[in-house]
Amino acid sequence: MTSYLIRNASLLGGEATDLLLRDGLIEAVAAGGTLSAGDAEVIEAEGLVALPGLVDPHTHLREPGREDAETVETGTRAAAKGGYTAVAAMANSLPVADTAGVVEQVWGLGRESGWVDVHPVGAVTVGLEGKALAELGAMAESRAQVRMFSDDGHCVSDPVLMRRALEYVKAYDGVVAQHAQEPRLTEGAQMNEGIVSAELGLPGWPAVAEEAIIARDVLLTEHVGSRLHVCHVSTAGSVEILRWAKARGVNVTAEVTPHHLLLTDELVREYDPVYKVNPPLRTAADVEALRAAVADGTIDCIGTDHAPHPTEAKECEWAAAAMGMTGLETALPVVQHALVDTGLITWEDVARIMSATPATIARMEGQGRPLAAGEPANVTLVDPSATTVVNPDTHATKGRNSPYRGMSLPGAVSHVFFQGKQTVRGGELVHSSTAAKAEA
Amino acid sequence: MSNTPADAAQPSAAREVLTAAEIDRALTRIAHEIVETTKGGQDLVLLGIPSRGVHLAARLAEKLEAITGRPAAEILGSLDVTLYRDDLRHSATRTPAPTLVPPAGVDAMTVVLVDDVLYSGRTIRAALDALNDLGRPGIVRLAVLVDRGHRELPIRADHVGKNLPTSKNESVRVELTESDGADRVLITDRAETKGSAL
Amino acid sequence: MRHLLDTVHLSREDAIRILDVAETMSDVSGREVKKLPALRGRTVVNLFFEDSTRTRISFEAAAKRLSADVINFSAKGSSVSKGESLKDTAQTLQAIGADAVVIRHPASGAAQRLARTDWIDAAIVNAGDGTHAHPTQALLDALTLRRELAARAGVDPTGRGLDGARVVIVGDVLHSRVARSDVWLMHTLGARVTLVAPPTLLPVGVETWPCDVEYNLDAALATGPDAVMMLRVQAERMHGAFFPSVAEYSRRWGLNEHRLGLLTPEAIIMHPGPMNRGLEISAAAADSPRSRVLAQVANGVAVRMAVLYLVLSGAPSTEGA
Repeated sequence: MTSYLIRNASLLGGEATDLLLRDGLIEAVAAGGTLSAGDAEVIEAEGLVALPGLVDPHTHLREPGREDAETVETGTRAAAKGGYTAVAAMANSLPVADTAGVVEQVWGLGRESGWVDVHPVGAVTVGLEGKALAELGAMAESRAQVRMFSDDGHCVSDPVLMRRALEYVKAYDGVVAQHAQEPRLTEGAQMNEGIVSAELGLPGWPAVAEEAIIARDVLLTEHVGSRLHVCHVSTAGSVEILRWAKARGVNVTAEVTPHHLLLTDELVREYDPVYKVNPPLRTAADVEALRAAVADGTIDCIGTDHAPHPTEAKECEWAAAAMGMTGLETALPVVQHALVDTGLITWEDVARIMSATPATIARMEGQGRPLAAGEPANVTLVDPSATTVVNPDTHATKGRNSPYRGMSLPGAVSHVFFQGKQTVRGGELVHSSTAAKAEA
Repeated sequence: MSNTPADAAQPSAAREVLTAAEIDRALTRIAHEIVETTKGGQDLVLLGIPSRGVHLAARLAEKLEAITGRPAAEILGSLDVTLYRDDLRHSATRTPAPTLVPPAGVDAMTVVLVDDVLYSGRTIRAALDALNDLGRPGIVRLAVLVDRGHRELPIRADHVGKNLPTSKNESVRVELTESDGADRVLITDRAETKGSAL
Repeated sequence: MRHLLDTVHLSREDAIRILDVAETMSDVSGREVKKLPALRGRTVVNLFFEDSTRTRISFEAAAKRLSADVINFSAKGSSVSKGESLKDTAQTLQAIGADAVVIRHPASGAAQRLARTDWIDAAIVNAGDGTHAHPTQALLDALTLRRELAARAGVDPTGRGLDGARVVIVGDVLHSRVARSDVWLMHTLGARVTLVAPPTLLPVGVETWPCDVEYNLDAALATGPDAVMMLRVQAERMHGAFFPSVAEYSRRWGLNEHRLGLLTPEAIIMHPGPMNRGLEISAAAADSPRSRVLAQVANGVAVRMAVLYLVLSGAPSTEGA
């Protein structure tokens, strides 16, 4: 395996530092310009920020079943290009990842692709139907070692079932990742309920439908002493409830998507379904509250909710369009734009919310580790001074449904090292022998 | 939707070819001609073509009233031709103006169409079609203040205030007190008055 | 005017122009030869994804009176019901050579989608999209009211707005594209609109609309409105817990005989139709001399003639938004 000497990278946005990667590990970390390369390939990284490989707790890879939208191969390529070294693949595939067989299939496809670690998320209920618990234990004990369970796309709305799930996963140090959406309050919902929906005549998705479930679930979590993760928090009210729960000591974590940190429901006015997503884009006040919540730690991490769709799913009228947007290849630039460049957080915080914390929540071993000697060589180098005009047609994901098309965003992923081998070089995928084999 | 009024002519490039007094004399002469050809103004209807043709028709009706004693309101009307034009897709959207027919209607009447400038003849072609949908006049005549030539259809005026030889690069602009504040006829370079030369 | 999609983006100048042209068109409907050659050789497609015989025949009459060729494309029994996408339908109409597409669709924003994408070049006229907009209905309502106000003042309606008029709109605002389009158009034209409905049938966010909101119909009628517009209450709302019962709705928000007596002598009653007699409107109100329901239908043809004329005439380079 090739060795790499990353020279003069700004470690988490700080001092110039050299990192020597060898045999899948970080062999040495020292002040910039002090390590000698020896046989290692030198990566000149002056001006680049070194981060631990990013970890996405919330990705839709679509395989098995919707390979027209994405495959594990294309989705993990997109992840690598976005600076990721691990993703949690949501369970809403066809068939649903509600058995050991399906999670092992996804896990295996991830290993074959070799671009990032793929950690399948197991469904909480059979078929995501919210009626009966899936075999959580079998998935936890499978080769995929599932620790995160979610019906994402659907809410586990039955309070008894949610209670049981929270209780049951304690046996495996698992976590229930809830898609908080009260179903009755959101029947036929098309966008955030508010001023814009009233004018556009689109059925509203009220903030309270999310907040009511989060409030219920943090209380249930406290009651049964379990661990709850709240997916894609989107409202200011949810932030308040999470802040209250955390102050009470409830073991709850929360994620926010990049798009909810930047985009608002005003974009729906043209009825372009590229802005249709669940939970929906909210108001500017919500965006502000979410940013502040990341800054103060109420929201723990960034989850992309990368949701690729085939073109025809978006080339239609709003009501008929699929919900979701791609996000893996734009997450870091959006976070830099919304949080770092605004002074709300530092690059050190980026390492925490986009790598360390999500890895901990999903119990991903060897991910989200510090950039220190002896740790796995999962490293992302980002050029914060670069500016990119987003062109989804050049993305590695199959999905072209990026809401940022044409938008100018700061920061670009330059190099990514996954388990010591380079997956991205100069912003482009490196087709190493492993990847090339997988491609063949 | 943008209403495109005739661009204001540059005074320096405009040449006055009819004065207010000359316009009035021409209209008086046309009024007398109409009385003569209609045997004293029997069964007469004057239909002005918007917009300036309507003003000219009103003036003619007053002059006829002075000559024949017949109230102007009984013979005066307007005929909008917008929806009958053949160039609706080739120029700015035109807003149609009302068509008003005097109480006696047009059937079997002698209808005199009144317009400011006769040029290609296409407006009058449209006016004949529009008139046809209103009824069946006995006789249709045409009175214009200015005939500038360059006809594109076999149409001629029965009463002409002034024949004005022009170049196609020029445009003729009729200004009337009712719409423009003063009476005069100008010739300007075409480029400055795109859309108003008809 | 390239398209007509909603009334929010319609300027006062454009709205008055449409009404003025409609007055001209209205004159044509009164004469023996009701046809104008203005749109000869142009093709208007009525693309209806929802059943609405009234609106379709109104557009059809309008297009035919302007000598356009009319193609009626009903989504029922067509390839649309077999899963053809809006895009494919639009591209088919493009290939057929449609100059204007009049679209009625159950999805809010469908008309705007056709206008904003490159699927089709034709002029798009929104004939009702979901619960979003129904601009020609609002325009015919405005034409009806404007004519009423002008007649009362003894003036020519041409060139005028609805300045100073007071309009009360009663009923299911939440699901009403008519109410949305009326509120903005009438506000633009200078009228003061009051929406009256049970709180359950008003959208969250209505407080930002350019109108007043009132729950009590008697209180609204006491302000002496010039026009009262009753909205249809659709049968499916009765099962959504929007109001306890038909009887209670009718008592509180129906235009019954008692409330008819509260109106000023000049006040008119409008309804976009079809009416639920005995529910939102009593037979006495529907049949009273104040009712302008049939005038609205007649004005609908004139307004749609005006809109089709305005979107289909004019050289592309000279057209505004």
